[in-house]
Amino acid sequence: MAEVKFINVTKSYGENVILKNINLEIKDGEFAVIVGPSGCGKTTLLRMLAGLEEITGGEIYINSTKVNDLPPSKREIAMVFQDYALYPHMTVKENMSFALKLKKLDKNEIEKRVTEAANILQLNHLLNRMPKQLSGGQRQRVAIGRAIVRHPKVFLFDEPLSNLDAKLREEMRIELLKLYQKLSTTMIYVTHDQIEAMTLASKIIIMNKGVIQQIGTPIEVYSKPQNIFVASFIGTPTMNFIKGKIIAEGDKIYLEFEKNKFFIPAFSFTDYQNYINKEVIIGIRPDDIILDESKMDKENANKAKVDVVELLGARENIYLKISETKNICATTNSLKIPPQTEIKFSFNYLNLHIFDPETEKRIN
Amino acid sequence: MKTKVKYFFIHLFIVMAVIITTYPLLRIFSVSIRPGDRIISTDLSLIPDGATFISYIKLFKETFFIKWIFNSLLITFATSFIGVTLASTAAYAFSRYNFTGKKWGLSALLLTQMIPAGMLILPLYLMIMKLNLINTYLGMVIAYSVSSLPFSIWILKGYYDTIPKSLEEAAMVDGANEITAFYKVILPLSTPALSIAFLFNFTMAWNEYLVARVVLYHPQNYTWTLGLFELQGQFITQWGMFAAGSILITIPVLLIFLYSSKWLISGLTLGSVKG
Repeated sequence: MAEVKFINVTKSYGENVILKNINLEIKDGEFAVIVGPSGCGKTTLLRMLAGLEEITGGEIYINSTKVNDLPPSKREIAMVFQDYALYPHMTVKENMSFALKLKKLDKNEIEKRVTEAANILQLNHLLNRMPKQLSGGQRQRVAIGRAIVRHPKVFLFDEPLSNLDAKLREEMRIELLKLYQKLSTTMIYVTHDQIEAMTLASKIIIMNKGVIQQIGTPIEVYSKPQNIFVASFIGTPTMNFIKGKIIAEGDKIYLEFEKNKFFIPAFSFTDYQNYINKEVIIGIRPDDIILDESKMDKENANKAKVDVVELLGARENIYLKISETKNICATTNSLKIPPQTEIKFSFNYLNLHIFDPETEKRIN
Repeated sequence: MKTKVKYFFIHLFIVMAVIITTYPLLRIFSVSIRPGDRIISTDLSLIPDGATFISYIKLFKETFFIKWIFNSLLITFATSFIGVTLASTAAYAFSRYNFTGKKWGLSALLLTQMIPAGMLILPLYLMIMKLNLINTYLGMVIAYSVSSLPFSIWILKGYYDTIPKSLEEAAMVDGANEITAFYKVILPLSTPALSIAFLFNFTMAWNEYLVARVVLYHPQNYTWTLGLFELQGQFITQWGMFAAGSILITIPVLLIFLYSSKWLISGLTLGSVKG
């Protein structure tokens, strides 16, 4: 049971600043996922919490204890490493009981905890094997088992699934969720995979270039991204961005992009008055481009040519050519539209995202 | 058919290598069991006529041979243990920590290996004399340890570098401090490199002659290398005893090699990290 707080945390190597003023609060029992591209500082942040990396500035608290100067062993955390880091000279059982032996726990207690964790992770038949005799997924489970037996206050995961193949990753993701539901301990999980982040998290922290971009529930960051980075990072296929000028014609406002005029209803952009004749970037997810004529806003629909169609089975990605140089992507149920067909589309106005091109911040 | 020819040549090569390496040993053995009047005969038979172990008996009875072997063993084991202990911790520091002078330190260690052993005799002698350790075991152990330490450090540092750092980090998160992580995780994983360093120290100290010659002067304190040389007189050399001694002194090294070969299996780190 623990809360974790980062207050103005900074990390730099010489003049190279890795993390800038990180302020973050993770509540007791939350599954927080820190997500961002490679090199954004997410692993460094986790390692600072674990005590494996020194803190250049700021404070880190676990509950009310300031842990800045505590060694990793005193922080009551458990960590699952990206490369598993199992002790190769110890059996699965010895790996799992290593921490408990160091704590000088009673033999029966150690046995009890190892059996308990082995049951949860279905490792009972592997307890006497050496790590090299295990498959990737099994090793990952042992690494998680080694964390569980310690009954830590906080679990830390450093990209634990990135070395597994796609199918196994999906299975382990579900197992991790089950585990979280069973233990309901605070978990902090670092990944660069936004699908893992969306599926696992109760709170997502999106980072880029050492700065937190947005904190929120998966739905919040998906439906109300605070800036262009978050909007483009979360969601597949990536959100479409169209940079154009806001113009008013009568009582209607449009985004003018080359020869196209995209209708924007006032309710999706309440602040439009300040942006008339100015440039903005609108973002629209492929799911929010309506191709079905019965659901479309026919009056304000636009036309485009189908450029490429990617079939994904039940769904397909259709790339629409809206100008010589610009394609936008729409996802639909299989419509089997051949390329080069001219079709109509309109936006789902409820999910329009509008950003300022200079600050890249959300303005609607 | 092709593989048969291949195997024939491989075996031919191995047999020749075995003959070349064992022939001198067999000749020495043959000399050691010749009766006293036939020491310099040109007879090439392995077991000569009238073979006898009299040279062995004389070696034990008429010289300090047992004492020499004891001295050698004591000095050699002490050197090896001290050398490996110091090297294992020093190499760990070189492998894992960043400190000023790290690069220079490593280069300096390598530099000491480029100086011929003969050049070091005088400074070593002077140092040991200043420490008042001439003609003592301790003096020998110090002289040997310092000269083999750089090589051991390099071997071990290279090996530690291949062990992922995340293993120690995992141990530290698991509740170990740096020292516990070192001896519970890193040392057990380094047995191949530790045994190589141990063997290197062992053979170096066991076979060493030059330093022993200047540090030890009392025949009771001699190592076997000095002892055997004692048998070579100005007017007469006791070739029978010399050969017998040469055969006997190979036994400890042989045993050590046979015993430690099982530790020399590398690849112990396989399976610890991602597969």
